[in-house]
Amino acid sequence: MTEPAIDLSPKVSDEVRRTTCYMCACRCGINVHLKSGKVTYIEGNRDHPVNRGVLCAKGASGIMQVTAPSRLRAPLRRVGPRGSGAFEEISWDEALGLAVQWLGPLRATAPEKLAFYTGRDQSQSFTSFWAQNFGTPNYAAHGGFCSVNMAAAGIYTMGGAFWEFGQTDWERTKLFVLFGVAEDHDSNPIKIGIGKLKARGGRVAAINPIRTGYNAVADDWYGITPGTDGLLILALVHEVLKAGKIDLDYLARFTNAPCLVDEREGEDKGLLLRDDLGKPLVVDRATGDLAPWDRPGIRPDLGATYQGARTVFQHLAERYLSPDYAPEAVADRCGIPAARIRQLAAEIAEAAFAEPVVIDQPWTDFRGERHDQMIGRPVSFHAMRGISAHTNGFQTARALHVLQILLGAVEVPGGFRFKPPYPKPAHAHPTPHSYFMPGRPLDGPHLGFPQGPEHLALKLDDLSPARIDKGFTWDNPLSAHGLMHMVISNAVAGDPYRIDTLMLYMANMAWNSSMNTAETMAMLTAKDGNGDYKIPRIIYSDAYASEMVAYADLVLPDTTYLERHDCISLLDRPICEADHAADAIRWPVVEPDRDVRGFQSVLIDLGGRLGLPGFVTDDGRPRYRDYADYIVNHQRRPGVGPLFGWRGTGDEVGRGAPNPNQLNAYIAAGGFFTAEVPEEARFFKPWNRAYQDWAVKIGFYDQPQPYLFQLYCEPLRRFQLAADGFHERQPPDHLRARIKATMDPLPIWYPPFGDEAGQDYPLHALTQRPMAMYHSWGSQNAWLRQIHGRNPLYVPTDVWREHGFADGDWARLTSPNGEIVVPVAHMAALNPRTVWTWNAIGKRKGAWALAPDAPEATEGFLLNHLIDELLPDEGDGRRWSNSDPVTGQAAWFDLRVRIARVAPGDVPGGEAQPAFGALKSPVPPAPKDRP
Amino acid sequence: MTALPPPSKKKLGLVIDLDTCVGCQACVTACKGWNDQGYGAPLSDMDAYGSSPCGTFLNRVHSFEVQPEGAEAQIIHFPRSCLHCDNAPCVTVCPTGASYKRAEDGIVLVNESACIGCGLCAWACPYGARELDGEAGVMKKCTLCVDRIYNENLPEIDRQPACVRTCPTGARHFGDLGDPESPVSRLVAERGGYDLMPDLGTAPVNKYLPPRPKDRDRGAPALAPLSDLKATGLAGWLDRLLEKI
Amino acid sequence: MHPAPSVILFTTLSGAGFGFLACLSLGLLPATGWAAFFAWGLAYGLAVAGLLASTFHLGNPQRALRAFTQWRTSWLSREGWASVTTLAFVAPGAAEAVFGWPTGDWTRVTGLLAAAMAIVTILCTAMIYAQLRTVPRWHHWTVPLSFLSFAAAGGLILAAPGAYAALACLILGAVLMLQFDRGDRQFALAGSTLAAATGLGPSVRPFAPANTSPNYIMREMIFQVGRKHALKLRGLALILGALLPAALMLTLPSGPVASALAFASYLAGAFAQRWLFFAEARHVVSHYYGQV
Repeated sequence: MTEPAIDLSPKVSDEVRRTTCYMCACRCGINVHLKSGKVTYIEGNRDHPVNRGVLCAKGASGIMQVTAPSRLRAPLRRVGPRGSGAFEEISWDEALGLAVQWLGPLRATAPEKLAFYTGRDQSQSFTSFWAQNFGTPNYAAHGGFCSVNMAAAGIYTMGGAFWEFGQTDWERTKLFVLFGVAEDHDSNPIKIGIGKLKARGGRVAAINPIRTGYNAVADDWYGITPGTDGLLILALVHEVLKAGKIDLDYLARFTNAPCLVDEREGEDKGLLLRDDLGKPLVVDRATGDLAPWDRPGIRPDLGATYQGARTVFQHLAERYLSPDYAPEAVADRCGIPAARIRQLAAEIAEAAFAEPVVIDQPWTDFRGERHDQMIGRPVSFHAMRGISAHTNGFQTARALHVLQILLGAVEVPGGFRFKPPYPKPAHAHPTPHSYFMPGRPLDGPHLGFPQGPEHLALKLDDLSPARIDKGFTWDNPLSAHGLMHMVISNAVAGDPYRIDTLMLYMANMAWNSSMNTAETMAMLTAKDGNGDYKIPRIIYSDAYASEMVAYADLVLPDTTYLERHDCISLLDRPICEADHAADAIRWPVVEPDRDVRGFQSVLIDLGGRLGLPGFVTDDGRPRYRDYADYIVNHQRRPGVGPLFGWRGTGDEVGRGAPNPNQLNAYIAAGGFFTAEVPEEARFFKPWNRAYQDWAVKIGFYDQPQPYLFQLYCEPLRRFQLAADGFHERQPPDHLRARIKATMDPLPIWYPPFGDEAGQDYPLHALTQRPMAMYHSWGSQNAWLRQIHGRNPLYVPTDVWREHGFADGDWARLTSPNGEIVVPVAHMAALNPRTVWTWNAIGKRKGAWALAPDAPEATEGFLLNHLIDELLPDEGDGRRWSNSDPVTGQAAWFDLRVRIARVAPGDVPGGEAQPAFGALKSPVPPAPKDRP
Repeated sequence: MTALPPPSKKKLGLVIDLDTCVGCQACVTACKGWNDQGYGAPLSDMDAYGSSPCGTFLNRVHSFEVQPEGAEAQIIHFPRSCLHCDNAPCVTVCPTGASYKRAEDGIVLVNESACIGCGLCAWACPYGARELDGEAGVMKKCTLCVDRIYNENLPEIDRQPACVRTCPTGARHFGDLGDPESPVSRLVAERGGYDLMPDLGTAPVNKYLPPRPKDRDRGAPALAPLSDLKATGLAGWLDRLLEKI
Repeated sequence: MHPAPSVILFTTLSGAGFGFLACLSLGLLPATGWAAFFAWGLAYGLAVAGLLASTFHLGNPQRALRAFTQWRTSWLSREGWASVTTLAFVAPGAAEAVFGWPTGDWTRVTGLLAAAMAIVTILCTAMIYAQLRTVPRWHHWTVPLSFLSFAAAGGLILAAPGAYAALACLILGAVLMLQFDRGDRQFALAGSTLAAATGLGPSVRPFAPANTSPNYIMREMIFQVGRKHALKLRGLALILGALLPAALMLTLPSGPVASALAFASYLAGAFAQRWLFFAEARHVVSHYYGQV
């Protein structure tokens, strides 16, 4: 018999439209195939700088997001009690009219009574611009409950951080050390990189309590006890220092290691010695004379002393050579044997120094010295929420950067590299702005990097917090991303003041984005003595019927990512890679089939209706038609706009007049634009003249700004000095000791704040997102929910045995804040004192257009119920925020619990507890089968 | 048709690197997406938003745990799809001839217009590679993207299975395992690629590359202190250190 | 394996039906007229009902005729041919018995052929299962033996109630005990392990499923039955399928009443055994799903 004839060359689609994925924050390029106007297939764009053609599980499932039954259909006005889910659909005119009716008077009388927080950090330059022109100081994105420790520590230390601001030199690194990274940030580039590295025979070391994902393919795994990463890192610092396995030349030239520290008692103690122009001073080895750090021709001396002042390097060595940081001293607390710590240190040192990477590319540094080659240390590091979501996360991230710098492995071949527009040191960033007046824009950008107490966001009159989230206050002075997780509880408590309207975008605060979910739901519906809601009005924008929708008074339905314009801009978080600057757009590759609008366009519309400066013309008419119009025509500085490609007449890069054809040029090119970093400028960027000149040319900044890496972080010391009484702004007395202890200018480790109260809770509890759902809204996705539709609590072997667990069992998990009853599963590749689960699989009944008996709603669960945004009272009558004391980052991973077995028959209702009533769905029930 | 053809010279298949697969499930949904609109009936999802969704997938990724003696436990991610066996039992059991192995390249396919949906081929497959579609009632399986790999409407570089094209870590390799000189055959030879359930005599074409040994001290030279800190103090250490410049 | 009612009905009813047809074709029940009509009708009915039941588990039954094409390789296809051939060879004998059409010696020839083909049919049915190396419990000579024993017992109960039928039932009982015993060892004997399924060494264990929601493979091939439950059902199969019918055959006077009672018991036992036949059978794919 013959084989059937099959068509081996079927037509793939009618048309391919290239845009940018938004199934997570990775921003890969995608080819969207259409047949008869319908999306039929999504694949990665091979030309795209982020993903080079590959695509993750979420990206390929985007088609299910665009057809999800949970998509909102029209603006909604609440008609039942808040939280019930009872809404009526209204027109956009009514919806926008209502919003203006609420917001207009606020702006005229008390703009701070609007709190506008966005769950998305991207398009932040636009949303913050809107909030700034509205005049409220109360704006931030989700960084505060995500990874601000990482971002702030990186920028204060090196002028750049992991993920969007930097990457491993995947082509050249030999050892990649991964700290606390689950399947998160930079998902496809890290996967591509690990694949390349392994194919080349390079190695991966993973430090993580949980051995999944990237940690599973690591050649060496260190199952560290949560919250002790800083201690391990400082032990590694101890080991490499003791053996002298550090890059002295690099430290002397490019870091503040040779800078002299003022050791005289008084208001300058611990600050760097400076010359009259304010430049830190070093001693030149050649002459033995004092010189400003950037003087051409000098060779700074690491071992110098000058009139009793020693260098940063000596202070650093003195601290970390102490036996307190010896592997033996930290091993028990870290849960890693001293021998393995030594082994890791030896591997790192060998990778860094046995075989340097050499590129025959001459370059010139900022002191004018010409180097024949680029020589690098092929050891690279990456870290993310695992080390940063602790109350010691900022100092831990600082410690990691100090280790990288001591090895000379930053901005060198084989090491960690910045992505344009980084490097950019903290002092080149804005400082926070918070001065508001009725009817006026804010005095500047909300978020920034304070250099000292003078930059705190305190009201001028009574020095009380200016921001509703108490960002940039003595509680958390360097809260560079704000504290979204504190907004609702502060607003309900009226502390520091009451607000009128809470406006949220894509932030599921009534569920998985809040600590203490049940309490947050209660706060969102809390009423005062008059029977009015304590948060009088809530406006929410989301594309889907999320849990938060039910708690809004007015819902502005957003589009899906294939139905909208977006720009991934150099003004906020672009898609650059180390070798090129790049930005990208999204554009409507299909038109919405519902009465929905992109949220940014809605903000443009509202800005016009409210008459916000920047959104209206001089004669008061709306300035922009929609977000697409803004993307093309807005100029932040003359000639510099949201997109940097095809400016002016179409051939100008970086700087140039708005080009009306700019979006078409992006669309024709696949949705993105790249500009190569010149060969000579690719490494040593903070100190490389060629890079600095290129950065000015392309518009990142207006003049070269070389700087030194800050092993010693002076802004922290300024807060310590204030706590010692040396500043006109003084912290409240109850915070003095903590500021002195935690804002050390050299990295320190201290136990996470919950530890003491957690003594009766012997286990650590963690969450991570599965790769197939990381940073996405996947539960209503017909494909992804089949992969992850329920989440067990994974229990390590000893605990499993000790409690007599068996397959099919459940557990009662108790923290100082509450208890949950959840299904369990055994895992051996796990720190022996840690339990964990996949986050945000659990959904509330009635949400996301899922059936009320969907496994997500009956067996899926959140750990959030166990976490409080406040720490328990430790006898001082105060409840401190469960946040890093430096940045305010939410300390999700400090959670301590105890566990008890629950037989399957004893589970109330057979459902994960706590169980909540079903929300009334704002969308019709989903069809049963697909297609 | 259900008689197996004589062994083909060309044996197209996949080589899956268990050392590199991070379990991201990208191949699972890329496969689902392509084949939902490609060869044969769409891959349905029954009860898609309900309590017990049951969809057709041609490729699934499991996770296993291994506990080496005296070392840390490991998690291994394990993609599983049709292995396009040389001696495919799913083909010979088929009563209608719908199941067949292509004589030219060894790809095992289902001619859906001849499939009665009896399920016997799925019973005969040891690897769980065949799933009866709940909506179409026909047997679905990995086609090795036969409608991609020869597709002249696709650029040459894209003529590979959707799972391979999308795999972010490059843990999936596609090629001719009948040619000992092909890159995939060399990879199998270098890395000790192996068959699943070899005793069943199915002679799978697809091979798996084992995870490399992990958590072993590779003998990086131990770090020796520059000086005896207790004896010399910081100053002595600094002197020794700065001599190096 | 999932014990689907359609396949349980198919194998039990067609087994008894073809067994009965074989007995009738061999002239073990010399009836004529209405009695013959009911006897042959019952036999045909059982066989055809079984065959029809088998189509209920097809995804596309409208294409069922295609199943006749692959007799060279497929036991399922062969079973189709064998059953149709059997039914055709049975026809002359049936016509002679019911309508009294004189066909001479031809019916003896076709009768013998019909009986032989009925046995072939039953063997083909059994081989659909016994051929599968993926289900070690089935991949054993006791499976065709048990299918044949069932057919013989059922056929003899209906066609020749009495000592021979009782003997057939007792043989069936013995075969079942043997099949249970051997079946229990097959999975281990086949060397089927998760280590072989994954190549990951002896310490491998399942960690997380590929999908948290069920799929076709899990629903079709992974079925777990409690050990206590299985033992009870084995007892029921033995007692109802073999011992009680044997006792009835030996104690009750031969005739339709004895046959009806014994056959009812036999059928109940057959259902229990066949349900277990599927429910106890472990497919090697279950390794991947961690449910062995």
